[in-house]
Parts: sequence; structure tokens; C-alpha cells
Amino acid sequence: MVTNVYPKTVLYCGVCTLPPEYCEFGGTTKKCAEWLQANHPSVHAKLYSQEAIEQNLASLSVDAQKRAEKDSQKKAAKAEAASARAAETRATSKILIKRIERNKRKYVTAVQGLEAFDLDIKKVAKDFGKKFATGSSVTKVPGGGDEITVQGDLSDDIFDYIVENYKDVPEDNLECVEDKKKKKADG
Amino acid sequence: MFKKDITPGAKSKVKSSVQRTIRTKVLETYPLLDPYIEDILPKKSQLDLVKLPDRVSLYTLNTTPLFFQHMDDAILPHLGLVHKYPDAFHRLRIDRGAIRFVLAGASLMAPGLTSAGGRLPNDPEDTEGRYGGKELGAGEVVVVEAEGKETACMVGVLKVGTEEMKKVKKGQACEAGHYLGDGLWGLNLG
Repeated sequence: MVTNVYPKTVLYCGVCTLPPEYCEFGGTTKKCAEWLQANHPSVHAKLYSQEAIEQNLASLSVDAQKRAEKDSQKKAAKAEAASARAAETRATSKILIKRIERNKRKYVTAVQGLEAFDLDIKKVAKDFGKKFATGSSVTKVPGGGDEITVQGDLSDDIFDYIVENYKDVPEDNLECVEDKKKKKADG
Repeated sequence: MFKKDITPGAKSKVKSSVQRTIRTKVLETYPLLDPYIEDILPKKSQLDLVKLPDRVSLYTLNTTPLFFQHMDDAILPHLGLVHKYPDAFHRLRIDRGAIRFVLAGASLMAPGLTSAGGRLPNDPEDTEGRYGGKELGAGEVVVVEAEGKETACMVGVLKVGTEEMKKVKKGQACEAGHYLGDGLWGLNLG
């Protein structure tokens, strides 16, 4: 705290977004430490040196230490469970690309289930609109949740676009469906 | 206040006249920010108001959150801002044992401040005068730092004056406002 240059730049952890000093109080301490070592080795050396750890422990009573330890373990377990759950929903959830007949020879394409992959639906809708030069909007589905409605029959194009641009989405989780009448997605 | 994750509500532009009032109010509450106000809140800039749940409004400048306010209460700085200008606010320090409670969203209790690791204004162990020499009254906005850490971990409003705190050493000291890792901290303003 000697510098008097403002604004100060504070480093934030890329994993838990807290300043790295506070990583130890989050649930993802291990990952944070790895991240810090990879990205800012000098800070890592300072924060995770043997000395620093010993000093931290010295300032607490044994009893409080134990409690803190237990607490942090619980937290870590919770965080792990949450991330595992997120990974699972990601693996199982499907993206549906629906071709809906609107008016004999006119179609709209609806895309559902993008939110499970951490995509911002509004942004994706905007991207679709830009890419395909059509109207593209976010509409509410009666069953809850949002879907993207794109004007025109674009199911195959959207399929390719998603596979190419959103690498997080496995191709197997995409499905093209035709609404009403026969159920086959042939452009 | 922001224990749960929150979703930002409507975002709207702040009228320039209102922006001026905010600016003067900020300067009134935090006079030490005066030299930097031009960097934080340039005169020509366009502030945005983001509505948050529970009647909290957040003022942002190009997606950087600056201040938040619950109804007409005091304007509190966002921790990102506190980290940039740590010297401009009234500061207290808590001991190491209290950090994990604060980061879990508990309100700050007096023993965390009065113990050996904690610092209040006029602390005999505070040789640099970092924590000021003036006792603070109830209702003051304070930034809470932590023992052995450089950056602040919480912003809140004092419930009890610091003088009284030193005498009583018990009970709630500070209402948990905004702490590291809470919903406001994790808020994504795309």
C-alpha cells in the first residue's frame, strides 16, 4: 500500500473472479491456484509460498482453524457438485431446430435449448439475424423458457452455423425437427 | 443485500441533470474522491441506471458498475471502484477469522473489528494512520478490509458508532451491503 497512483489496477482471478488473495475462501481454491500459476506466476509464488501459508495459520486458534477447514471442505464439495451437475445437463440437453410451416411454402425456424450451453440467447438471435440477413427474435415458449425464431427455412444452415461457431455444443446434441406432418429434417 | 445471484432489470440512460446531482452527492459523501472524480465520472459521460431487485439501482458507466443505491439511502461504491481508489473511503479492518463469514454474506459483528487483527479508527497498533483518527458514527459508509489482504472485501453501512463498538465489543457492527463474490459482484452487464 505504498503506491499512490490511481486508479489502481487490481488483478482478478480468472476462475472465481475475486482478487486472488481471497481465492482461498471460495470453493474452487485448487483451480484458482492453478490458474494463477499459469497466468501470473509471480503472484502465485507470493500468495502460495510456504511462508504465507504458515503465517495465515499462525493467526488463528487451533479450534477456529479446524472449523474453517471443515467449512472450506464443505464449500469445495458443493462447488464441485454444482459444476458436475452443470456438465451433466450440458451433456444430456439437446438443442432442437424446428422447421415450422407457417403458410404453405413459407417457413420459420425455431431454435430451442440453447440456454443449457451458457449462450446468451439474445446475442445468438442477433447473430443469426446478421448471418442470414433475416428477422430473428427471441420468443417465449408456453412451456417456459425462450426460443429463437428465425424467419425462413434455415434449419440446415443454422445447424452448420452452430456447429461451426459455438464450439461448446457437441454436434450430437443438435437435432433438426420438422413441425407438423412428417418428421424428418430434409431441407 | 445481494446474497443470491441477481438478474439485472431494465437499463436506462440517466438524465444529465440527475447525473449532476449524483456527482455532487458522491463528492459530498466521499470528499476524498474529488481529485479522481473526473476519471470516475467524466462530466461529458453518459451514466446508465440499471434496476436491480429490491429497489436497488446501480449506476454504471459503459458496463463498469460504479455506485449502487437502495431507494434513497446513501450511495455506496461498487467494490470494483473501491479496489481502484481504496484510500478515498472510510476503512476498517477485520481479523482473519471473520473473512469467511463476511464472504458468505453475514453481517459484520463487532468482535471481528475489535480483536487484535481488526482495526478501527484511532487504533494504537495502526502506526501508519491508515484507518484514520476520527471516530465514525452510525450510518457511515465504510469499506471493510481484511487482515493480511490488500484489497477490500466488503462495503457496508455502520450500525453502531465505532466508539461504542470499542466499549461494547458485541453485536452487529455493520450491515452487510456488498461483499466479494455476491450477486452484485458477479453481475454480468453485457
